[in-house]
This record gives sequence, C-alpha cells and structure tokens, in this order.
Amino acid sequence: MSGFRLKDHPRAAAAEIGFRFNGSDYRGRAGDTLAAALIANGVVVVGRSFKYHRPRGIIGSGFAETNALVQLGTGAHTVPNAVATRVPLREGLAASSVNCWPSVGFDLGGLNDRFSRLLSAGFYYKTFIWPSWHLFEPIIRRLAGLGRAPTLPDPDRYAARSHACDVLVIGGGPAGMAAARAAAGGGVQVTLVEADDHVAMEPLPNLRILTRTTASGYHDHNLVTAVEEIDGPVVRQRFWKIRAKRVLIAGGAFERPLLFGCNDRPGVMLAGSILHYLERHGVAAGRRPLFAVVDDQGYDVAIAARRAGLDVVGIVDARPEPGPIAAAADALGIAIYPNHSVTRAIGRKVVSGAELIDQATGQRIRIVCDLIGMSGGWSPAVQLFTQSGGTLRFEDRIGAFVPDRSVQNARSCGAARGIFDHADCIADGAAAGHWAATGEDREVPEIAAAVRAPLHLPPPGAKAFVDMQTDVTVDDLRQATDENYRSVEHVKRYTVWGMGTDQGKLGAVNGVAVLAALQGLAPGALGTTKFRPPFAPVAFGAVAADRLLGPFFHPWKHLPAHHWHVAQNAVFEDYGWLRPSHYPEGDETMAEAAHREALAVRGRVGLFDSSSLGSIEIRGRDAGRFLDLMSVGSPSTIKLGAVRYNLLCNELGTLMDDGVIARLGEDHFLMTASTSHAERVYRWLDEWHQCEWPLALSIAEQTARWAVLTVAGPRARIVLENADCDVDLSREAFPHNQIRSGRIAGVVARIQRVSFTGELSFEIAVAADYAESLATHLMTCGAAEGIIPFGLEALDLLRLEKGYIHIGSDTDSRTQPADIGWGKGIARKAGDFLGKRSLLHPSASAPGRAQLVGLQPVDPAVVLPIGAHIIGGDPHPSRGIVTSSGFSPMLERGLSLALLDGGRALMGSVVTAWSEGRSWPATVADPGVYDPRGERLNG
Amino acid sequence: MLSVPCPYCGPRDETEFVNGGEGHVDRPVPPEAVGDADWAAYLFFHDNPKGHLRERWLHAFGCRRWFHAIRSTADHAIALTYPIDAKPDFPA
Repeated sequence: MSGFRLKDHPRAAAAEIGFRFNGSDYRGRAGDTLAAALIANGVVVVGRSFKYHRPRGIIGSGFAETNALVQLGTGAHTVPNAVATRVPLREGLAASSVNCWPSVGFDLGGLNDRFSRLLSAGFYYKTFIWPSWHLFEPIIRRLAGLGRAPTLPDPDRYAARSHACDVLVIGGGPAGMAAARAAAGGGVQVTLVEADDHVAMEPLPNLRILTRTTASGYHDHNLVTAVEEIDGPVVRQRFWKIRAKRVLIAGGAFERPLLFGCNDRPGVMLAGSILHYLERHGVAAGRRPLFAVVDDQGYDVAIAARRAGLDVVGIVDARPEPGPIAAAADALGIAIYPNHSVTRAIGRKVVSGAELIDQATGQRIRIVCDLIGMSGGWSPAVQLFTQSGGTLRFEDRIGAFVPDRSVQNARSCGAARGIFDHADCIADGAAAGHWAATGEDREVPEIAAAVRAPLHLPPPGAKAFVDMQTDVTVDDLRQATDENYRSVEHVKRYTVWGMGTDQGKLGAVNGVAVLAALQGLAPGALGTTKFRPPFAPVAFGAVAADRLLGPFFHPWKHLPAHHWHVAQNAVFEDYGWLRPSHYPEGDETMAEAAHREALAVRGRVGLFDSSSLGSIEIRGRDAGRFLDLMSVGSPSTIKLGAVRYNLLCNELGTLMDDGVIARLGEDHFLMTASTSHAERVYRWLDEWHQCEWPLALSIAEQTARWAVLTVAGPRARIVLENADCDVDLSREAFPHNQIRSGRIAGVVARIQRVSFTGELSFEIAVAADYAESLATHLMTCGAAEGIIPFGLEALDLLRLEKGYIHIGSDTDSRTQPADIGWGKGIARKAGDFLGKRSLLHPSASAPGRAQLVGLQPVDPAVVLPIGAHIIGGDPHPSRGIVTSSGFSPMLERGLSLALLDGGRALMGSVVTAWSEGRSWPATVADPGVYDPRGERLNG
Repeated sequence: MLSVPCPYCGPRDETEFVNGGEGHVDRPVPPEAVGDADWAAYLFFHDNPKGHLRERWLHAFGCRRWFHAIRSTADHAIALTYPIDAKPDFPA
C-alpha cells in the first residue's frame, strides 16, 4: 500500500498541519483525521497485534476501526487506545502505536506469530497454571497489552448536561436527517446527535443538532447518554444525559471484513473506508487496488476509485453470476473475476498481491496489487438498540442481524435496520420521524432482495482473522467448537473474540456466521453476544462529570463547633461527620492523648461534642403508642421529664440501634440515635408511620438544628453551676436519666443527665448557632476545675471500662436484645412491637447464642486485636470474636468486649483469643468492670 | 436510570428514590397468635415474578413520601404508581 493525496481534491488546498507519529514528523491537512493523514503520508504499518504482534495497518474509518489504536499525548493528558480514524488532526499532535516494543518495524514479540499454533484459544489458561497464573501474569500482560493508562489524575475538565426532548435522533446520515426533518415537521422538540463534525441539513427552530457527539449508552426509560467532544481550553468533553419520549436510531451499518488468509495484512481495508478516504479526505490508500465482494456493494467503490484515477486491477466477485452493476465496472475497463474469492493476501509485511481461487475449478491465480478492498456485506449498528432491550433477528437478505422487537420507545431506521439504498433510507427515516412525532405508522417501501454469495469457511491454517484486535482466527473458533463450546457468550470469553476496545464492531457478525457454520446451525439460531454500553470507549472523567470530585464527592458533615475544635488542636476522623478523635498536646500519639483525656474525665471534667448524635422528635396524640410499637421497651410509660435507654429491633428481632428517649411533654418525645444510624433510624420510623401505622403524630429529624455539648466528670456539676444556668442542678432536683429545659447564659437549652462515660454527665443542647460560644463559655467556666476537651478515642476507652456498647460494632446482624443482656423486658411487654414475634421464637432463647461478654487478657499488658477469634469451638474452631478493645487507663490493663457463643455461662473461665497466628489467654468477665454499681454516674 | 412517576411530584430520575421492596405484604398479628410458617412467609418468602410486581418506593430526595409502583421486573416499565394506602385493581 502506498497511499497518497489526490491533487484535485479540495483538501489538498487546506492548511498544512504538522504532527508526530512514532517519533517521526509528518504533515497533514486541516480536516484530516490522524488516519487520513497517515495514509496520505504513505504510513502503512500503524501497530502490532494484541497477541501475535503481527503488523497491522488502518483497516477502516470512523468507528469501524480495530487495528489503528494509538496512544495520544504524554503524562497526565495521555489517552490510551485512541482510534486513529476518530482523532482529528491538529497542530503538534503526538501519537504513537500501542503494543509494540521496541518499535513497529522491528518487533521482538513478533516471534509469537511464528509459534501461533501454540498460542491458540485458551492457551494461557491451560499453560500458565503451575505454580500460579499470577507468576506469569505481569510478563504476559506487558507483551499482550494495549495502550497504557495514565498514572496521574486526569487534569482535564468535563461538563455534564441533562436534557429532555420529545424525539432523539441518533445519527445524522440520510436516514437520520430525514427522520429529524419529519419529526420536527410534526411540531415536537427534536434533538439529533451526530459523531461527525457536521450535519448537512437546514436549521429548524424545534431541532437541536449536537455534532461531535456520540451516543454511548441506551439505558432504562429512554435515557441515552452521549459524549460531546469539546476539546476547548476549559472543557474537554461534555457528558449528556438525554431523556427522550421516543428515540430513533439511525446509526448506520458496519462493513464486514472477508475471511481469507492474512486478511489482517496492512493494505487490506474495508471497501467503504477506501471510498471514505477518497471522497471525504482526498486520500487514496493505494495505487493498484483489488476489490473482493460478495454482493453489488463494493462495485461502487471500485468504480469511484477508477474515476479517481487509480489503477483498479480487478473485482473478485464470489457470486457465480455478478449483478447488473458489473456492466458499469466492465465499461470502465475493470477486470471482473466472477465466482472467485481471495484465498490469501500476499506480502510479508504489507500487501503486494492476492491469491484468488476459481470456486468452480479450484484453479488459483495471483494478482499483483498494493491494496485489497473487501466488502463482506454490511451489518446494521444494532448496539444501541440491543442496549435498549430490543431483540434482534438474523436477516438472510443482508447476512446480518437487524432490530426486531422494541422494548422501549425506540425504532431503528435506514442502514441501522438493514436498508442500504440511499432513497430507501430517506423514505424509511421520514416514516420513522413521522412515527416519532405522531405515534402513527406509515408504509415503507419494500426492500428488493439482493443476491449475496454464501459464506465460505477458509481452510484450517489459513490465518483468517475474525477479530483482528484480539487476534482471534477462524481456527480459534474451530478449536473452541471442537472443545464443545456452543454458546456465543462462552466462545467469546474463551477465545476473547469481540472483547477488544471495538467490542466486535467488525468481527461480531462474522464470528457468529463462522460458529453457526461449524455447528451446522443458522446464524439466527445461534444469536449474538450481548452488546453493552458504552458503544465506543468513554473517558472516566466524562462519566464522573456531574459528580463533584475529591472532597466534594461525599462531603463531610461538619460539627457546628468545627472551627472551635480546630482551634483546640483537634485531630479529626471521618465518621460521615468529621469528629475530633483526640486533642494532642505536644508530640503526643493518639493513644497517649486518649489516655490523658480519659484520666482527666475520670478525675476532673471534660467536654465532648455530641452534636452528631441523631436527634429525632416525635410529636402527636399517638406518639407514645407509636414508639411502643417501634421499641423493645415501652416508651409510653416514661414519665414527663424522664429519659430512658431504648433499643430498636427489626422484624427479625435483631438490633438496629440503641439510644435514649426523653419525654418532653405528654405528646412529645425526643429520641437520640447513634451518629452512623441516625438517617436510617429516621427513615425506619417514617416508613412504618407512613406505610403501616398512620397514627396521629409527626416525626422530625432535628440533628442539624442542635449543638450538643457534654460536660462529663466528677466536677461537671461545679462547671455548670458556674455557667449561669437557671436549672436546679442538685442531685435531688435533677437526678440521672432526667431532662430539663432552661437557659444557660441566657440561651435556651435542653439539658439531659445521660452518660456514655460512666461519669456524672450533663448533655447540653442549644441551637446550632450557639455551638462555638457555648463551648467557649463552658471552657471558661470550667477552667478552675481543669476542664479539657476530649475526643472519640478517649470516649471509647471510657465506655469500654463501663461495658457500654456500639450497636453494629459490638453486635452483628444476628444479635438480639437478650444477647446483650436486655431480654427481661420482652416477656413483660404485653403489646406488639417490631421483632416481637421473632423474639418469641425458640431460636431467640436457644443455648449457645453469641452473647456479649467482657474479656480480660491474663497478661494485663495485652490489648487483644479487634476481630481476634476466640478459638476452641466445635465443629467450627471459632466460637466468638473480639468486638472492642483498648487499654483501660483506670484499671491499667487491656480490656475487651466480645461476642462469645454461650458467653454468659462461661463467666470466670479462661478462653484463648487468636489472631494472625498469635494467641493469648483471657478471662471471661462482665462487660462493665469500672464502677459496676453506677455510683459515679448517679453522683 | 429509571424515570419514576412520583404520584405527588411527577416523573423524576431514579436517583431521587429508594426502592422499599415488595408492597402490600400484610404483617400478621397479633405476634402471639402467628404460626412459625406464617411469620417466615412474611419475613422471607416474597414474590419474585417475571413481570409486574407491586413495590414500595420512597421519594427520598423529593417529597419524602412513600408510594406504591407497579413495575415490570422484565423490562422495568412502570405501569402505575399510586398512594401508599391504596390498592387499585391491575391485571396481573
């Protein structure tokens, strides 16, 4: 193949553009694609194949290209596996072949080709299994990979746009334009997307045309995603999500390669693509082309090539009786070889000739040529239609699959449903547009049957490629069939046919035809593999365009006093909320800081920010009744101004969350929920209220409205007494598990005496706006008592000493109330509640259930790893798991909580905890070991 | 992405909703009188038809109201949506 630019084509006068390919400088013309410019420069070999490293050239144009994959740009901007036929040429463009080392011309990996017999389907799976595939994988991947993904974050910016329209037309060819015109004529809003950079039709007020826009996915309910190439200074691509009432698919068709030996040689091209380069770009792909066809299509290209001045050496027509169009070719002096087919391309690296066979006599002849244009018929682009859920059927007339039954409001028209005549396409598009605008069907012209040559399977050993990008030959499909692979999906995965970046656009139908012939079936009986989005490769950046990335991807919730915590030198951790884990002094480690903070709370007083705890208000005549139905206990019996610990179960009787419920008024309750469960608990209450028990009440999630600061420690009362608080704080007037309303420094506050530390504790809730001023105020009032802020790490040690649990950490999806020691109330409670029936089941009281216990390592210095197994079980060696662990500052020893099978019957016994090959003896104990009688928190 | 017709807000993208599983699953009561088999059927043995299924949906990022939808599990077409306390006839 020796491509060149036609002097009398307008493109020859376009501005010159310099670009680099594989390190060499070339010049192209404005308007060229990279592929057109390479052909015009006589570049023949543009890459090496995936597995055998065979030389490969440009085979097609547009989306129909499977060989010419290039790496574009460098560094963070690099794009792997770009298709040269879709890359617009621009000044300074730098591209290189993928998958060839050290160079395209001299490729060591080409040795694979010499041993291709050894590398057939399934070779890797069968061979590299000892001792492990993973030993060989990196080497094989290096040799058999394609382009290299960028290793740096994508610096480009992408935009996203949602769009709705009455009719979406995909494709701006003859059928698509006719469809858009007809639909717009019906007065509806029409959008047309076209991958090319222009659509040759008149503007219409209710028609929006998006050029350089490729429909990439067809999703549920007529949602079509499309990628618009912008390549602007700010935005690289725009990602469209288009919801249309009706969709017309006018995406055209793909020409099929012919199956002959070495049909992958550079210089073998699709006939239609040769025409594309001639007409669109004024570039001839060779000087002496030979065309091989199975029907009338392809003759047009030969005639156009002859008229462009090329020395067309012949048309090889597989049919015994060529159609009437042969006369036109003959009139131009083109030799016709009827009832012949090409058996192989000749030429070691590029095409230098072709061997033909006379199918009647078996006689072989050789023809010298530098380009073979093949036309194996056209396959409708059914990818988007099948993505929409539509079914296909095989149409013998064109030897390919066409859309059959629509599932969504979608139709294909023109070549996308197997209509190839220009006038027929326009009529079909207009009928489809009419349907899309009005819902009415219109008669479409009958399509005349054409004569096509049947498929001839090349003989074994021919190296006839079905899928060039993945290096799958007819022989590989033969072998898969011999090994009893039948389903096209299985063959696809075994041979990797159709699994390249082009997703079988060129090879899918040929592969089905070959497999059907091998299995003795009709292709329609075999069906196709499933086409999935995207239609063409899409940058991850484009898909992510409407999602705020980095810190905005899943924004943290900030405590209302966040900046105050920052000023206190807090270290934050991500709990959905950013919460202080500790407040280090000097170069303290987290463990040292937590130890110091916990001792300060036990000995003096500390300040903790509880604002992230869920706060849900339930109000109304039936609030108490509703809470009784939702809870293990009976919140309706809580006295005014009192607070009670509460458990929520699901219908399986397993624990969802715990918290406290305070009664603020006769019909007014305040429920707290764990930080991480708050949203779920609110939604859970709301679902049961809306769907099952529409009682007279309302539920309001109030977490973000309140800031909650907890003052905990033996001197907590003194701090509050100094804080200008109008609530009587005495032990008698305000005992543990009570709530009061009042003012602190003039600000309305709710104060609860509840404790997660085991110390005397006041939880003060004020409007969120006052968070920082209240924190400052309390620190000032507590300065004389030695108050310090403490974080979650210290809280975790304090609650561990008390045996207080975290639902979800110290419980799992089987844990029921009795397993954590709250089983007594269930039998006493008369009414219904969620999970009650499950808790009445014998399994709920069966012996051997995993129960919450404390564990004290025999060596007090040991802190058991969370997740350690308690071993010695039978039949399963694990009989439980360590759920929480820490080094107790007060007891000066390691302490743990564990879920242990039949644990409460094992109090005092020594068990073995095991983790990652190490084991430790530990004594089973009550969970709460510090101040077990609760004298301190009642203080 | 489905387009879900909220009975209160109109059609909205699926990302605004939460699917709540099969609808109209009657909760047997009182707990003391419900047999194990009936309770297990309520908890675990739900319909999984190929075709229309009545489901519960929540317009979580919208009106926050629960409603019912009749959706085909075969092709995701939503035939009907209606309030949570209704059960209109629909051919199976």
